[in-house]
Amino acid sequence: MKFFPLVWAGLKRKKLRTVLTFLSIFVAFLLFAFLGAIKEALGGGVSMAGLDRLIVRHKVSLIQTLPESYKARIQGVAGVAAVSHQTWFGGIYQDPKNFFPNMPVEPELFLAMFPEFLVKDAEKQAWLNTRTGAIVGRTTADRFEWKIGDRIPLQAPIWGPPAGQTQWEFEIVGIYDGAKKGTDTSQFFFRYDYFEEARQREKGQVGWYTVRIANPDQAAAVAAKIDEEFANSPYETKTEPEGAFAQGFAQQIGDIASIVMAVVGAVFFTILLVAGNTMAQSVRERTEELGVLKALGFSNFLVLVLVLLESCSIAILGGCGGLGTAWLVISSGNPVPGLLPVFYLPADSLVAGVLLAVALGLVAGVLPAWQAMRLRIAEALRRGG
Amino acid sequence: MSTAPPTLVRIHHVTKTFQRGAEEIHVLTDLELEVREAEFLALMGPSGSGKSTLLNLIGGLDRPTAGTVQIGQDRVDQLSDRELAAWRARHIGFVFQFYNLLPALTAERNVELPLLLTHLNKAGRRQHVKAALEAVGLSNRSKHYPRTLSGGEQQRVGIARAIVTDPTVLLCDEPTGDLDRKSGDEVLALLQILNQQHGKTIIMVTHDPHASARASRTVYLDKGQLSDKPAE
Repeated sequence: MKFFPLVWAGLKRKKLRTVLTFLSIFVAFLLFAFLGAIKEALGGGVSMAGLDRLIVRHKVSLIQTLPESYKARIQGVAGVAAVSHQTWFGGIYQDPKNFFPNMPVEPELFLAMFPEFLVKDAEKQAWLNTRTGAIVGRTTADRFEWKIGDRIPLQAPIWGPPAGQTQWEFEIVGIYDGAKKGTDTSQFFFRYDYFEEARQREKGQVGWYTVRIANPDQAAAVAAKIDEEFANSPYETKTEPEGAFAQGFAQQIGDIASIVMAVVGAVFFTILLVAGNTMAQSVRERTEELGVLKALGFSNFLVLVLVLLESCSIAILGGCGGLGTAWLVISSGNPVPGLLPVFYLPADSLVAGVLLAVALGLVAGVLPAWQAMRLRIAEALRRGG
Repeated sequence: MSTAPPTLVRIHHVTKTFQRGAEEIHVLTDLELEVREAEFLALMGPSGSGKSTLLNLIGGLDRPTAGTVQIGQDRVDQLSDRELAAWRARHIGFVFQFYNLLPALTAERNVELPLLLTHLNKAGRRQHVKAALEAVGLSNRSKHYPRTLSGGEQQRVGIARAIVTDPTVLLCDEPTGDLDRKSGDEVLALLQILNQQHGKTIIMVTHDPHASARASRTVYLDKGQLSDKPAE
């Protein structure tokens, strides 16, 4: 602590350079945090996926449907504990820009399958009692200022309007919250029985099945058995863990994790060069001062530590400043709720950011610190004189 | 009958050679020097005669190629780098020609630097700094940065930094070399007070006969050899 004024003096020696270095590190970590939040948002389904859930979809592609009759056959496969299905509805509220996922589901089976969606008992009961009833996630409810009792019209380009009507209309009977921070609360679920009765095409077809298995260790074996069950049929299936399914879904717009890591890596490498160069320049300029410190009795090791502390201070200040600012901005709300269902800075990204800031300081400072440590006093003072 | 003070600095058979490419440069050759406690020694000689090299050897900033350097009971030439650093902090106060203050620190923070290596707490350090700045007559300039001080004032801060730990020996390398006559005289008067009133042992390298006149003894270094008289 008593050496802090010395470290601080080193930093304020060239104020403009220190400020510019601080800002470059600040921006890098701001970007790091935002990319972390976006990565979590796009790949969040993977981390939130249940270990005991499998997804059964058409073998050819996700947009191909499966017969509803498969439900009973899947239920009959050994190791399967429960089955529920969902179908992509693709409904549009007023404008395509107002996107949010909406799907017909079987309410009781669905809520039992996904306990992370928290619905009050009274609202669940209202959903079971209302054929056109729907539950909506808190994020979307807040976004459009919907409340229970509101009637929501949706256009459905995929399915067309129900018989005798121009658009689908649902009544909000419940608003669900997420059990965990990353739970997607942007979705809109309505009753499959109403959908099945009112739709005019592809009756008896569903999008995909979600299967709860009795023993997660048997996931691969159960998946293989389900696919065997439907092999050589007109609707062959592909069964995979929910996490892999979510990852496949996210990868439809590219390998997000790889892109994020590539961008972060490039930014960090650049910042490392900038910070390293700044520290090296700072040490070169202070050869004489470091020589004086050593002449006064500062040991080689202490000089090494002081240079490293200086390097780490600026990296940690810039890094934590960037991470903190990003956290404040991200916590204030999702700027694109239609695009990203969840938007938050995961704690592990925050911790990784702080560790990276420390690592940046150490890596950027280690070479200049080593040079400072090896500096010969007489030589340093001669250069100064 | 008064007894002579004991010898504090013993330079015995010291040789210092630098390597420049294939060429060996003999700066000091088989040098002998003794400095007694509370002596004010001026070390004179032409440029390149090895004065600063000798001062560096006494101060443990460099090692002799051959011979021994003993300060008090310590064989300086035998200490490791780490031991040397600790030894310098305890026993040596340096005063440099160009003051060598850290520009981003105030006068008092500059003076405090050697105390950071001691076990003194903040209050103790502050007390020592105050006393040192008072001793050099700069207590009213303690919050000033070096750039706002005159050359003479900067050198006095440098002296305060050198004496703040009460070192065994004060080593001054051309302390008036960058100062005008008036400021130089003030600095020399201060060194004389430290020597005569506080019993500080001082070894001062200088080109200036006016400065060496303040010392109690002057030795001359030329071509790597010491003598009591200047070279013809």
